[in-house]
Amino acid sequence: MTSSKIERAALEPMATLTSEEKEANALHPDLLLVEKVKAGDLSAFEQLMRQYDRQIFRIALHITQNREDAEDIVQDTFFKAFQKVNQFQGNSKFYTWLVRIAVNESLMRLRKRRSQKTVSMDDEIQTEEGSIPRDFADWMPNPEQNYNRAELADILRKTIQGLPPGFRTVFALRDIDGLSTEETAQALGLSVPAVKSRLLRARLQLRERLSRYFRVATGEHAQ
Amino acid sequence: MNCTEFLANLADYFDAKTAATLRSELAQHMDGCNHCHVTVNTTRQIIEIYRNNELYELPDSIRTQLHQAVLTKCAELKDNKKKTKA
Ligand SMILES: [Zn+2]
Repeated sequence: MTSSKIERAALEPMATLTSEEKEANALHPDLLLVEKVKAGDLSAFEQLMRQYDRQIFRIALHITQNREDAEDIVQDTFFKAFQKVNQFQGNSKFYTWLVRIAVNESLMRLRKRRSQKTVSMDDEIQTEEGSIPRDFADWMPNPEQNYNRAELADILRKTIQGLPPGFRTVFALRDIDGLSTEETAQALGLSVPAVKSRLLRARLQLRERLSRYFRVATGEHAQ
Repeated sequence: MNCTEFLANLADYFDAKTAATLRSELAQHMDGCNHCHVTVNTTRQIIEIYRNNELYELPDSIRTQLHQAVLTKCAELKDNKKKTKA
């Protein structure tokens, strides 16, 4: 795996939009709001905040795992976006651009919390052998039904929090938030293959950790 | 296609944009390989479960506070810009 710290992202080749995606982007309703914000319209900016604050909060919390930090990050991300709105050129979706600011802010906070230790998207990424699944047990058809809402949320939180930041961030953006692989790459300043490889390992690690809660109970599929 | 190749392409399996040829190669491998079949099923379940359960809610009262705080700072910034221009 090449080292690809997010700060260096600007220097590295990144996923670029196809002409098709550029066209779709040009028609995106956010763009109209962004143009208004560039002209100083605060109510247009408020509308963008309303639209994306929950998602930004969720991403920040997935990375930092600290509620206060995540609230601060929402504030800082939107204020930075307002300050730098003229730098937004429409080469990506506005939301992807916003997520990129939020990820940088989140990593900065994470670094502060861990003081000396530097944190990057590469943190605690293991070697390739880590990706071979050891557990092949199938799961119940609707495993979540065996738990009440609070229990389930607890299990899911605990499990994703156990992943390295670089893994859980990719999983949160790609699989929970629904960004495309290319958008995730843009937001994190990573290459598309790096995103795919992290996503695979994130999913496999989640699978292994969740298996003890969700696997079929009979034991006949056990390894 | 072997299991390692299958795993390497697993990210694409859930992607609607994946080419039909790759998709059918993946499906073919999955038909004959229980391990990969289980991996795909459980991965799909993981994605669904995480999508359907909001783990980190932001209460409306806090949202309003955050919006106000940001908008205040933005308005100040706008005023300062005007002053420096004047
Ligand atoms: Zn296989």
